[in-house]
Amino acid sequence: MLVGKAIVLFARFITAAQTKWVGIEPVPAQRVYYANHTSNGDFVLIWTALPIRLRDQTRPVAGSDYWLSSKFRAFIGREVFNAVLIDRNPDTRDHDPMERIIEAVDEGDSLIIFPEGTRNMTGEKLLPFKSGIYNLALARPEVDLVPVWIENLNNVMPKGEIVPIPLICTVTFGAPVHLKEGEDRKVFLQRAADALSALSEEETK
Amino acid sequence: MSAVQLDFLTLLGGIGALLAVASLIGFGLKLKVAPDGSNQVIENLNARITAWWGMVILLAIAFLAGRAGVVLLFAFCSFAALREFMTLTTKTRADHMALAGAFFVVLPAQYWMIWTNWYGLYSIFIPVWAFLLLPIVAALRGETDNFLIRVAETQWALMICVFCVSHVPALLDLNIEGYEGRNVLLIAFLVVVVQISDVLQYVWGKLLGKHKIAPRLSPSKTWEGFIGGILSATLVGAGLWWMTPFTMLEAAGMSLVITLMGFFGGLVMSAIKRDRGVKDWGHLIAGHGGFIDRLDSVIFSAPIFFHLVRYGWQ
Repeated sequence: MLVGKAIVLFARFITAAQTKWVGIEPVPAQRVYYANHTSNGDFVLIWTALPIRLRDQTRPVAGSDYWLSSKFRAFIGREVFNAVLIDRNPDTRDHDPMERIIEAVDEGDSLIIFPEGTRNMTGEKLLPFKSGIYNLALARPEVDLVPVWIENLNNVMPKGEIVPIPLICTVTFGAPVHLKEGEDRKVFLQRAADALSALSEEETK
Repeated sequence: MSAVQLDFLTLLGGIGALLAVASLIGFGLKLKVAPDGSNQVIENLNARITAWWGMVILLAIAFLAGRAGVVLLFAFCSFAALREFMTLTTKTRADHMALAGAFFVVLPAQYWMIWTNWYGLYSIFIPVWAFLLLPIVAALRGETDNFLIRVAETQWALMICVFCVSHVPALLDLNIEGYEGRNVLLIAFLVVVVQISDVLQYVWGKLLGKHKIAPRLSPSKTWEGFIGGILSATLVGAGLWWMTPFTMLEAAGMSLVITLMGFFGGLVMSAIKRDRGVKDWGHLIAGHGGFIDRLDSVIFSAPIFFHLVRYGWQ
């Protein structure tokens, strides 16, 4: 789609995104990419970093509270990126977000998820992971959970700023993580988070 | 065909022949030593040669497109270099407007002034106007942590990536008697001599290099590479006198100055990389690293070359 191509081109212009594949190859297999979340542009950057043939089968999972809040956002979210939209508010929602995510996996799509659940505005590397990624791993244990570390995008456009500053960003894809048999939820969430933050050290090598 | 175009095509033919020889040598080395691509030095050499083809073709297209092509090409180089430099500088959220201003106001303004040949302003715009105004924009946000470091590094980034680089297309506007309409060849002379000096330093260093000049800054720079590279590039520069307003001796002297500036520019930019703990400035030019890795020597020689020519020949 033309708008999608324009967005990718713009993302390249601003970030000159460098992609690193560490312990995994960019092949067209079904995957769930899980990444650190500091900016609304995060999934765009992952999308940009993927080869075109993988891009078309990869859908971001995003909060409908944000992405349906205006016509423009809805167009970008739904039409351009074909996002799996979920309501993050348990009081207002009329669907089970997990069901929607698993449905998309069963349709054969690759997904982009942010297990921290919200943008990380703290100085910490990662916020504690929500259980979603564990529930997904439990329901579909065969799917590759691929950690993706996004470096520097938070400096490109910090929250509240309108103009992005061009800075080089790096997207590092790591070796997939799977739920071990009988593995405890907390242990798994920690292991998945560790696999992700380990990639940020890979980045400085 | 005009005389300028003929001279330019002669130069291009020479460079093309040189690159063809380099490609053959690179290919031969690979076949002989490690056809499976396991030798890092040879792989890197071949990646560099391939990238050189791309850069020469791009430069040639810009030069043939005339003034607009040259100004746009170097404006883009400035942008890409500034993007690399700012990635490594100290900054906080409070600098956001100042940094956006550097990219989207200062950079385009500088090149617009180059385009309109406004020497009186483009030669002081960044050293005076940006120097004073950007810290004001940053100060208004009220964040004082590392303030001096932040504004100093931003100013350095602009001087290096925008101010210095813009002196390459500025060469188009020098009025040299008897050299009218040929200024694009002055740019070609600068770029070719400085870059060939880098290449020859690399070649001499790889062939004979033993004694390191500054092991802490740049482990690949040796006395053998330095002396061999600078002298042979100066000879090449002297041999290119026919495309310049200089005599052969003057062309040699100019070449010596710009290759020395280029060499020390490489050292200074290496010092910054070491300080920030990175090996390359970027990743966009395969085998070479980033734009600044390729441009560092041009950055340091361009303003000096510009002012020497302006003072001595205009």
